[in-house]
Amino acid sequence: MPGKLKAKIVAGRQLPVMDRASDLTDAFVEVKFGNTTFKTDVYPKSLNPQWNSEWFKFEVDDEDLQDEPLQITVLDHDTYSANDAIGKVYIDIDPLLSSEAATVISGWFPIYDTIHGIRGEINVLVKVDLFNDSNRFRQSSCGVKFFCTTSIPRCYRVVTVHGFVEELVVNEDPEYQWIDRIRTPRASNEARQRLISLMSGELQRKIGLKVLEMGGNAVVGYLQCFDLEGESGLVVRAIGTACTLDKLSSLPTAALPACNSPSRDMKEVPFSEDPNPNTHSSGPSTPLKNQTYSFSPSKSYSRQSSSSDTDLSLTPKTGMGSGGSVGKEGGPLKTLLRQQTQTALEQREFPFFTLTCFPPGFLVHVGGVVSARSVKLLDRIHNPDEPETRDAWWEEIRQEIKSHAKALGCHAVVGYSESTSICEEVCILSASGTAAILNSRFMQEGCLDSYSEHRLEEPSPPSCGFCHIPYDELNMPFPTHLTYCYNCRRQKVPDVLFTTIDLPVEAAITGKGCLIQARLCRLKKKAQGEANATAISNLLPFMEYELHTQLMNKLKLRGMNALFGLRIQISVGENMLVGLASATGVYLTALPSPGGIQIAGKTPSDIAYEQHISNMQKKINDTIAKNKELYEINPPEIIEEAVGSPIPEPRQRSRLFRSHSESSDEVWELDLSHGKKDAFVLEIDDTDAVEDIHSLLTDAPPPVGFYSCNTEIMPGINNWTSALQMFTSVRVFRLSNVNMTNQGLNKIFNELCENLLKSLYFKLRSMAPCCLCHLNFVVAVPEEDLIQVAVTAVAMTFDKDQNQENWKPSTDKMLMKAISENEEQLQFPLELCTESPSSQPFSPSKGTGLQDGANVHNTSARATSVDYSSFADRCSTWIELIKLKAQTIRRGSIKTTSSQEKASPLPEGRSRSLRSTKSCSGSTVSVVKMTPLPFLPGTKIVKYLGIINMFFIRETTSLREEGGVSGFLHCFIAEVFSMVRAHVAALGGNAVVSYSMKECVFMENPNKNQAQCLINVSGDAVIFVRESELEAPTAPPHTSVAQNAGSGADGTT
Amino acid sequence: MEIMSVELDVFVGNTTIMDEEVYQFWLDGYTVSDAVKVRMEGGVLEECEASAEVLQSDTMDQYRTFQMCERLLHTPAKLANQLLFQIPPHRQAMLIERYYAFDSAFVREVLGKKLSKGTKKDLDDVSLKTGITLKSCRRQFDNFKRVFKVVEELKGPLVENIQTHFLLSDKLARDYAAIVFFANNRFETGKRKLQYLSFQDFAFCAGQLISNWTVGAVDNMVEDMDVDLDKEFLQDLKDLKILITDKDLLDQHKSLVCTALRGKTKVYSEMEANFKNLSRGLINIAAKLTNTKDVRDLFIDLVEKFIEPCRSDRWTAADMKLFLIHYTNSAHILDTFKHQVTWDRYMGVIKSCILKMYHD
Repeated sequence: MPGKLKAKIVAGRQLPVMDRASDLTDAFVEVKFGNTTFKTDVYPKSLNPQWNSEWFKFEVDDEDLQDEPLQITVLDHDTYSANDAIGKVYIDIDPLLSSEAATVISGWFPIYDTIHGIRGEINVLVKVDLFNDSNRFRQSSCGVKFFCTTSIPRCYRVVTVHGFVEELVVNEDPEYQWIDRIRTPRASNEARQRLISLMSGELQRKIGLKVLEMGGNAVVGYLQCFDLEGESGLVVRAIGTACTLDKLSSLPTAALPACNSPSRDMKEVPFSEDPNPNTHSSGPSTPLKNQTYSFSPSKSYSRQSSSSDTDLSLTPKTGMGSGGSVGKEGGPLKTLLRQQTQTALEQREFPFFTLTCFPPGFLVHVGGVVSARSVKLLDRIHNPDEPETRDAWWEEIRQEIKSHAKALGCHAVVGYSESTSICEEVCILSASGTAAILNSRFMQEGCLDSYSEHRLEEPSPPSCGFCHIPYDELNMPFPTHLTYCYNCRRQKVPDVLFTTIDLPVEAAITGKGCLIQARLCRLKKKAQGEANATAISNLLPFMEYELHTQLMNKLKLRGMNALFGLRIQISVGENMLVGLASATGVYLTALPSPGGIQIAGKTPSDIAYEQHISNMQKKINDTIAKNKELYEINPPEIIEEAVGSPIPEPRQRSRLFRSHSESSDEVWELDLSHGKKDAFVLEIDDTDAVEDIHSLLTDAPPPVGFYSCNTEIMPGINNWTSALQMFTSVRVFRLSNVNMTNQGLNKIFNELCENLLKSLYFKLRSMAPCCLCHLNFVVAVPEEDLIQVAVTAVAMTFDKDQNQENWKPSTDKMLMKAISENEEQLQFPLELCTESPSSQPFSPSKGTGLQDGANVHNTSARATSVDYSSFADRCSTWIELIKLKAQTIRRGSIKTTSSQEKASPLPEGRSRSLRSTKSCSGSTVSVVKMTPLPFLPGTKIVKYLGIINMFFIRETTSLREEGGVSGFLHCFIAEVFSMVRAHVAALGGNAVVSYSMKECVFMENPNKNQAQCLINVSGDAVIFVRESELEAPTAPPHTSVAQNAGSGADGTT
Repeated sequence: MEIMSVELDVFVGNTTIMDEEVYQFWLDGYTVSDAVKVRMEGGVLEECEASAEVLQSDTMDQYRTFQMCERLLHTPAKLANQLLFQIPPHRQAMLIERYYAFDSAFVREVLGKKLSKGTKKDLDDVSLKTGITLKSCRRQFDNFKRVFKVVEELKGPLVENIQTHFLLSDKLARDYAAIVFFANNRFETGKRKLQYLSFQDFAFCAGQLISNWTVGAVDNMVEDMDVDLDKEFLQDLKDLKILITDKDLLDQHKSLVCTALRGKTKVYSEMEANFKNLSRGLINIAAKLTNTKDVRDLFIDLVEKFIEPCRSDRWTAADMKLFLIHYTNSAHILDTFKHQVTWDRYMGVIKSCILKMYHD
């Protein structure tokens, strides 16, 4: 029995009135863990009860500790009838199980009821005593750290990246059990919330076990999803990247972003291109090849067929593609070293990485996007303990991804993610990632120090190395134009590059990036079962193709040549499919300048028509010119060298034919170059194409002062200031025209997305100049004729002043340093110099009031009650924080007394001075920032407190009274935010990073005045400290920071 | 034919976004569509390259946010401790201050009236008369009533109580103190002759009365100390009657004032001729204040008995000031007049009130 969980119920406040007669409540609390329940006394007749209970102690297995949440139920005592539940709080105690994370959970939690929402708050203290901390665990994996962040968490150093971990668990959905017919909606919702919480815990524990087996101690890029399969059950699945992380020494100077620490290795990227490639036939990979091979026949030519690969195995129907052979021959090994790496990687079943940001030097080459989709018919999961079918489905998809990567000459897939879209009994499984070649050093333990032996070849410069093609130029997996790299002039690069990862920090770019979206709707006949699945499978390739065409056109229209963070969603509804591709366009300096777009008319044409064509051409040219100016794309003129690239003959132009014959479900394969270098020809031979061009031109650029991207780093903007605003926006549209055409639908969908963006810009106008980062659109077709779009993003302000150019964030600084310095340099001096950029003494306030640091201080200082829950109050410097950590727990009791004071109506004797009441002081609520990014500008993350993974259901039977669907959802999202903030604050944190809303399922029935919504959110709870606060005692502010940093570093080497 | 309609549209920020301009529209009782219209005319669209739909969506969203916050605004202390909305403290202060702000046109209509259901029913008339929307009138009325109810039973200084419970600025808390004070004592402010007086005139007078004539002026730890007038003091005021009933005293008082003012004012002769009437007016007001009815008529009496006669004699404000100073001070020299303390307490307030009220 390795653990003792202790919980104490302190007080409640602002409880709802449960007794109409007295306008008061007789509240008590049940504390439940596993099968053990404790109760507090009834605190009679109060809306602000002070239970101040004893410590309730649960002696439990650590397995249970990982799986179970602590369940706190607040009830109203009723002498004559059943006690009424007021609401619940579920507390995930996982953060307490890791020695490095939180030590105590203490704070005010909103009391949540699935029918009434938040009903008052409760103050709770939770602690865990683990009896032994050894590796004795069999079923549990206590101590494995989980991070949602898809980069190496700041304040850690990566020792080894072990690779892909995945797991899924299935169960019956309580909502569909027979008992649901007789129980209340509340009971049903709670059963569901509890089950999902349990399943998440179990999943995390199982993944943790796998990590321990691999020898790792952490999961980075942990992505957990739910599949609500309705009648057939509930699937909770997760993927992640197992790593061994080292906490950087806890000196303040060491708290630099850890992803920079391996930068000393940057220079000697060992796997550069060999000018004389061998063919891929050598030994080490053979065994694996065989294995792949056994899959290949079905897999490779079912690239497209996989889309139609329902359970009923429709595979044989589809034609043979060329993919099979590509998979076999592609990707010649270039050096022996490469083979070694490949071997190291191929020993893993799936050389996949959910990371999107890498330590410099990790990413050697990038091949392009690989993706796979498959349509499945759901059936009941008969035995939840044996989720083989679902496992097999994903296994299939992953194998396909793997073979695609191979065809691109790559041995790994980075920026990997999986998703599903479910409608009735049809499910589309999707996976995508970026084929890449990685540096083996990070894969193998002990290899980190052996880099010197690899220095046989001249390395590629880090600013362009990743762009160099990994595949064999004589045997290219798909047609593309190759030129010599515009940066180093030594290796070949493609003309465009699509990836799912973030822009590497070391990449050389020109100008700024921007959000690019391709949007598409396709009508579909309503059908059932197999016929439906087939119909969907048949539509998928066309959609992928068109989305790709749109992306390519829009990219060129902006004068850019690469896409990062590409994410293509295809959502299925009863009568339509909706596709949305989002990415961040950028001009990579290493890649050639994109050609323009040329319009070609029909062959027999009259003068008016010619005129029309030339007008359109002019419009397009003007837009390109305008965009180049807008995004500051003015690459240095380079005289084109003739590159004898073996460009395949231009193909037939019939798109449909092409997408049929060529497994168009992989984006990278959809080449649109038509064999012409600088002219991208759009032929207006039908109304379709005219529509396409129109929609191209309707995309409005963001208003002045705004930039947007869907990646974590906005290409071209570095000088962030500290204001930020995370937000979620949801819209549901009802289509009311029965005779809708595809074109009409596209137009509507396009407008809908554009309007949503415009609304966001308008909402955030007071923050300008600012950038919307990590703009994450999620589309769904919840019902017939309904389209739902949910967006979560963060707006961050930046300093427009270009004179500030010499001040760059530490990542950038690190990069320059890494390039300029030798790899022999120790980490220590590096740490020292990263301090310098932050000594930039002023982070100009934008007056939006969002940079609350100062405010927090002021208010809490003025507060009359002891407010230790405010982090900023507790410690002005973070060193103090560590010292105070132990005291925090003891101080908990101080807090309870002070909160008692607060809860009671103001005491008579308390005549405050007029001065002190001027501010809205006395708040016990600490500010918690939220962001989908892994960092907060101007701050350092000093501690990760654990993963936040919460699932809520909200239901109403009085929709009109709650302000209709908008009022209902607005309130629910605000409630979810507040519960996330409360949990983070209780862990002692002041921010959530890598936050995401992974699920927002909204259902309504206005006729019955009902609605229901499910939301799943996740992120990493952290403690951050402002760089200015860190700096204040040590370094006096300097004016020319960059200079000083550089020279300082030299001095210490 | 509409082929698409927005079924649901929400925007939720981790830090609650609130537009001050829209907040004002909401407070002023504008409908969403009216607010959108005004915003469009305001030119915010061109500024931000937005469309009418964008404005509509934003306005709806903001209105919803305000509605959700309104419950909290009724007990502003809750706003700082609630978890649902993350609002920076200075924004909280703005929300509260604006919510409790009122229109001077409105407050003039209800000042001194009982804050009862009956008065609330008449708000549509007030709305018609003032041009302030009924919604806004109701909010303002409910605010008055809410503040009144909370501070009614509290001990301690009125202004501070209001500040502690409603987190208002010093200025606004003082205005509310005046409103509560007027409502409690039901001072008449609505008569035609009083129409020329602004709310700020009355608020000033209320401040004077609260700090000098209430129980709280002598004892600061009793209930209602700042709301109820000091009964003992009102009783004592009867003693001042001697100044007009004793012929010698009256003549002496008059000659002292005349001596002091001779050559210093253009209305000397009018003053001299009217002295006894004016003095009788002021002292009769004092002597009657034991009757609740006469307390209510304090301001109308001051206007009728003192301000109007002076105005018809074309006294300037400077004349008025000079007269009141010497009228008050001369009484100290009267050796048979023993009620100096009561006199100063009475005249101090009366003097400042009259000076404030003596304008067109």
